[in-house]
Amino acid sequence: MAAALRDVYGESLVKYGVPDEKVVVLDADLATSTKSVLFGNACPERFFDVGIAEADMVSMAAGFAASGFTPFINTFATFVASICAVSAKSLIAYSGLNVKLMGGNNGLTGGYDGSTHHGIDDINVMRGIPNMLVMSPSTPVMMDWMVKTLVQDHKGPAYVSVSRQGAGEVYEEGTSFTIGQAKTVREGTDATIIAYGLCVPRALQAAEKLAQEGINVRLVDMFTIKPIDRAAVISAAKETGAIITAEEHSVIGGVGTAVAEVLTEEGIAVPFKRVGIQDTFTQSGSYAQLVEIYGVGADGIAQAVRETVARK
Amino acid sequence: MNEEIRKLYRTAYGLRKDAVDMVYHARTGHAAPCLSEADILTALYFHVMNLDPANPHWADRDRFVLSKGHASPLYYAVLARRGYFPPEDLMEYRGLNTKLQGHPDMKKCPGVDFTTGSLGNGLAGALGMALIGKKDKKDYRVFAVCGDGELDEGIIWEAATYAGNEHLGRLIVFVDNNGLQSGGAVEKIQDLGDIAARFEACKWHAQTIDGHDMEAILDAVAEAEKVTDKPSVIVAKTIKGKGVSFMEGQYLWHMKAPNDEQYAIACEELERKVKEYE
Ligand SMILES: Cc1ncc(C[n+]2csc(CCOP(=O)(O)OP(=O)(O)O)c2C)c(N)n1
Ligand SMILES: [Mg+2]
Repeated sequence: MAAALRDVYGESLVKYGVPDEKVVVLDADLATSTKSVLFGNACPERFFDVGIAEADMVSMAAGFAASGFTPFINTFATFVASICAVSAKSLIAYSGLNVKLMGGNNGLTGGYDGSTHHGIDDINVMRGIPNMLVMSPSTPVMMDWMVKTLVQDHKGPAYVSVSRQGAGEVYEEGTSFTIGQAKTVREGTDATIIAYGLCVPRALQAAEKLAQEGINVRLVDMFTIKPIDRAAVISAAKETGAIITAEEHSVIGGVGTAVAEVLTEEGIAVPFKRVGIQDTFTQSGSYAQLVEIYGVGADGIAQAVRETVARK
Repeated sequence: MNEEIRKLYRTAYGLRKDAVDMVYHARTGHAAPCLSEADILTALYFHVMNLDPANPHWADRDRFVLSKGHASPLYYAVLARRGYFPPEDLMEYRGLNTKLQGHPDMKKCPGVDFTTGSLGNGLAGALGMALIGKKDKKDYRVFAVCGDGELDEGIIWEAATYAGNEHLGRLIVFVDNNGLQSGGAVEKIQDLGDIAARFEACKWHAQTIDGHDMEAILDAVAEAEKVTDKPSVIVAKTIKGKGVSFMEGQYLWHMKAPNDEQYAIACEELERKVKEYE
């Protein structure tokens, strides 16, 4: 079993957050799900469970930040993108406050809980807010780096979309990343998959399968969805001639949209396809089933690559 | 105890058994939250409400909103046993392409009047239905069940204030006051103080009862109906996990499926209760 990103998140928050006196952690009665409970156990004096009151939690965090602290707020991605959005926009981003909004159970990882608990529009909502850094880690190594960076280096509003699950590691322990710079996971010449989150390890599987069919795919981990790494998009299009975006999110407003914006503005016309939830509400099911039926698994990604390469 | 009351208890324990069956079979779901609300939903659906299961959209029916939507298995069992769909379908719960989604879906499931899942919003939805009833001079009543942890949400008090100011006599809300939410005791996470007094401050009529006393539930509804110029809240003191010994009062059973051994014990205990009321 691949390590679940939420577990890594909880552990990293303890590792980097507890020693920093300025870090405070808030949750809205989901600490055992988001794993902020680990911080709560390790450092109860800087942990605040506000109850089932997401709006209050986020505005409270804005108050903490205005007092010089670095709050990490935790609830499900779908609630960050809805109930918390007023404060995320009007208080935190508008005033440039140093609040880290952590959206757990992202994508389809709410599984059986169904549509009301799936987070398939969080990137869309957060990407539209000026000043907001928007990221989503793909593997345990990157999750750990991201928490470290948010605690130690980055100042200002940030949204992070975190998976409840894990789909494997693609990076060496201690790999360094830079906010805003995409990471090339695999080189290739026939097409590029631009993905984030668990679609990265799954796209790597797809790429390996495609290699056996003679299709040589580049894989770019676009873990910073905003600001997007324009240069990585442009070179992928110019050098490989076809782009497939892959995300466990609606095809509207996520990385697919962000990449399309870059390509059109640059006047680059290449075969292009967005893998993601096709503007539909999702349903209850096991995570594995949902990944499959919404086409965001390795098979769905591989199929999209074949179709796109065929259009070259 | 008269035969009707005995029958309601029997039904309630049978429905608890259905809910545990569903969560066990799906291997996922919220078992304990179903067990605390069982007597309330049974009283409403099998005694109080005017319904026509053959005609789920009948315009003059009483409405029901399960604002604590995670406790859907028991609600689905109620709807099935009341005739909205075949009880065999209950095992579809949380499967693919089913009407029995993790949280109630009014477009998919016959008998569900309102979609819920995002806590706090169900009460406001019930408020909307009650306002339309008032505007159109309808006699139907609107019932809702909220969790006590759910009362943390600000929208609950926004809706409560509006409902009080509108004198919505046909809105009757139960608080399933089981004292636990997802991460522990309500009192420790956010002490709500006197829940009845809070609603009274919003111009509601309030009663506090034992939510596992069937007669008390029916009496409280009758009492609430007499109050025509105020919405009513019935704060029902309940036990999360009621009827299954190892789940009672245990917040860790908020969302968890029993294993084979636990399931066998739960069945035995609930079936014994059903027999007790025969
Ligand atoms: C807006 C929102 N926040 C968080 C959740 C996740 N959640 C589901 S149930 C629950 C606890 C509910 O406690 P309570 O209202 O007391 O209901 P009980 O199960 O005890 O009846 C939480 C936090 C949710 N469904 N909706
Ligand atoms: Mg409760």
